[in-house]
Amino acid sequence: MPYTSELKELIKKVEETRPARVEKKRSGEEFPLLSLKEREERLKKYHPDFKEGSRKEIRVGPNKGYAISPEIVNILEAKSRVNPDLIDLEKVAYETDVLILGGGGAGTAAALTVQENGAKVLIATKLRHGDANTMMAEGGIQAATKGTKDSPYYHYLDVLGGGHFKNVPELVYTLVTEAPKVLEWLENLGCMLTKLPEGQLKSLHGGGTCRKRMHYAADITGAEIMRTLRDEARNRAEDIKVLEFSPAVELIMNEYGHCAGAVLYNLETEEYFIVKAKAVVMATGGSGRLHIQGFMTTNHYGATGDGLIMGYRAGVKLCFLHTVQYHPTGAVFPEQAEGLLITEKFRGAGANVLNIDGQQFVNEREPRDVESACFIRECTEIGKGIPTATGKLGIWLDSPMIDILMGEGAVKREFPGKFILFKRYGIDISKEPMLVYPTLHYQNGGLEYNSRCETSIPGFFSSGEVSGGVHGENRLMGNSLLDVTVFGRIAGISASLYAKEKAKEGKLTLDHVRRYHKELEEAGIITDRVAPMLLPDYSNPNVRERQLTAHYLGTIR
Amino acid sequence: MEAQEVKKEEMVPIFIMGKRYEVPSSITIQKAFEYAGYQLIRGCGCRGGICGACGTVYRFPGSYKIEVGLACQTVVQPNMYLTQIPFFPATKSTYDLEKIKPTIESLVKAYPELLRCLQCNTCTKSCPMDIEVMDYMAAAMRGDVARLAELSFDCVMCGLCTARCPAEICQYNIAILGRRLYGKYIALKADHLASMAKEVDKGKYEQMLRGLMDSNEDELKNLYNVREIEPEQADEDWTPKDKTYL
Repeated sequence: MPYTSELKELIKKVEETRPARVEKKRSGEEFPLLSLKEREERLKKYHPDFKEGSRKEIRVGPNKGYAISPEIVNILEAKSRVNPDLIDLEKVAYETDVLILGGGGAGTAAALTVQENGAKVLIATKLRHGDANTMMAEGGIQAATKGTKDSPYYHYLDVLGGGHFKNVPELVYTLVTEAPKVLEWLENLGCMLTKLPEGQLKSLHGGGTCRKRMHYAADITGAEIMRTLRDEARNRAEDIKVLEFSPAVELIMNEYGHCAGAVLYNLETEEYFIVKAKAVVMATGGSGRLHIQGFMTTNHYGATGDGLIMGYRAGVKLCFLHTVQYHPTGAVFPEQAEGLLITEKFRGAGANVLNIDGQQFVNEREPRDVESACFIRECTEIGKGIPTATGKLGIWLDSPMIDILMGEGAVKREFPGKFILFKRYGIDISKEPMLVYPTLHYQNGGLEYNSRCETSIPGFFSSGEVSGGVHGENRLMGNSLLDVTVFGRIAGISASLYAKEKAKEGKLTLDHVRRYHKELEEAGIITDRVAPMLLPDYSNPNVRERQLTAHYLGTIR
Repeated sequence: MEAQEVKKEEMVPIFIMGKRYEVPSSITIQKAFEYAGYQLIRGCGCRGGICGACGTVYRFPGSYKIEVGLACQTVVQPNMYLTQIPFFPATKSTYDLEKIKPTIESLVKAYPELLRCLQCNTCTKSCPMDIEVMDYMAAAMRGDVARLAELSFDCVMCGLCTARCPAEICQYNIAILGRRLYGKYIALKADHLASMAKEVDKGKYEQMLRGLMDSNEDELKNLYNVREIEPEQADEDWTPKDKTYL
């Protein structure tokens, strides 16, 4: 749907102020960045994390008393999908050295290094191999690779500044020092990173970076990385087996308290299967589909926080889940694109953000949480948001500036994915600005782990978005693709070494699930909620009312 | 949640696998499935037009034309007869990228059926991403790996081209082989990656990073505040004034 006549009228104000803003940009004059103190004030007043009712204490498990989003508490205070007494752990359907739960960027990177270490791998994933937030990451991947102006030292400082200086130091150290090596690895795998004619990687700023170190593959960086890793895993199909549409629903332990496998659920045949493994890597990703505080999300269909609850039931602590990342620029128009990620790279390439008067109110490159808080402030307290026909409010993202700054055709060349998409809606984003608003984007925290991806449970490793610590309280752009590749690879190495040298064969058990059920009962939590949720429910409530036997969970029972 | 947000509005009839449903006129095919009561398992991935899970074909009564789209990106239209093709069997050759070269021989050895291409253009007409599939297949047959990579870059691997190809070719897997060959062998190497990786391994940054790791929050905040910011409009040759930590 093209812009309505009302919105077209408002776009004129953006066009009026554009020439002067472009001149400012050319002369290097920037809208002033907020000081650390001002940042904190904006966050406390306007960021959704600080809204009343945004946090609730967990009543059971290793983090009892820790206050996080009620939507996540709900999946933690829920029963297993299946009664452990109904599961016969003697009937092992698959046996492998390393079981990887999740077939996204982290899981696939892990599979490659496990295979390189000579161990057998099984990837179990909820949807198709590669259906993951990695696929949807657009803007880029950070790495200090240009020694004449940048170094891991500055990358480290930026990561900490973004994360409110709360990040776990050893994780950040590993992230920034492995970064150049991971880029080299990706180039070697044939990833088509965007380059200058002489071969150097192009690089841009992201919110909160002091050097341009955001490397990218046009505006589909994550998709390019994901499809490359997946193609490589498929090339090694002899050693890397993949079970699609088979999410894990519970970890399996052994009598020594080591992790020794998982219970998988075939979404299509509704069977449960036992996988026995010497080591398990959790790489199930994030939880945007829990729609925290009712926010729209950029996340893929399966992002329901499954790994959090499986790990938590088994006894792994959670951390940094008290903050949630809202990406400042999710589409609010047209309606069918709602929540769709508009990459931060637009702002890195020079596009201003503007209110209804076509005026700037914040620098476009603040860290994500600060930028989002400023958007919300402008739309609420200041009252200068742009209203859409459906009653939503938005902020202008002035993409046409990029064509003026970088030369005609720059938007189409640098953002081919978004250009085509909006063209289909009748909007030419090289001529008209986009309408955006913060959207639920990233799970900053997760399972506690160390820089070798080890958790508190022997034989159980964690990597990628399901884990917490490296990004502190707020992740910077371009550090999630880096996270999944760096820690995915490390998880694979650690898990394969463990499988070879330390794993101890023992009797399988689901007693931890029984104990967790008992704890729920003792805490007085009576609920029919089950977790993991696996898939969000977007069905039509009127249809639901008529689905009288849906609770039979099948057709002929 | 997404379905619930749909307001009372104009309804249109659509035919999901031949069966009629009335759905709001402004929603996507994907949301229309959910509105009609389907819980999607297959045919739904990123919901953002990039993962290729939801390739859909449709037709209008009285029209010979087969139309295509991604269900998550295509708005419903009255009287469309649609079905999803969430999976289509594909040939996937396995290769060791280290051992092959960016040549026509590599492409043909991996996918001999490439040479069966009739240049009929059905693939291009089947592409929901508006990719010139036939043109990249022509480039592949000429052994022009760079052009193959460039033309196929936006491919989401939904498989609609493969489903309709009369020569039974799996275009998108040929395309990714082309792109990987291009990325590894034809694009000039980014030498700064190897040199930076080497410096890291030699421990050049070890001491300064350990220094940061041992600093308290106030010291870190000071260092953060005084760090020099590369101007946005700076060109590739820009260097900072303070080179202590480079």
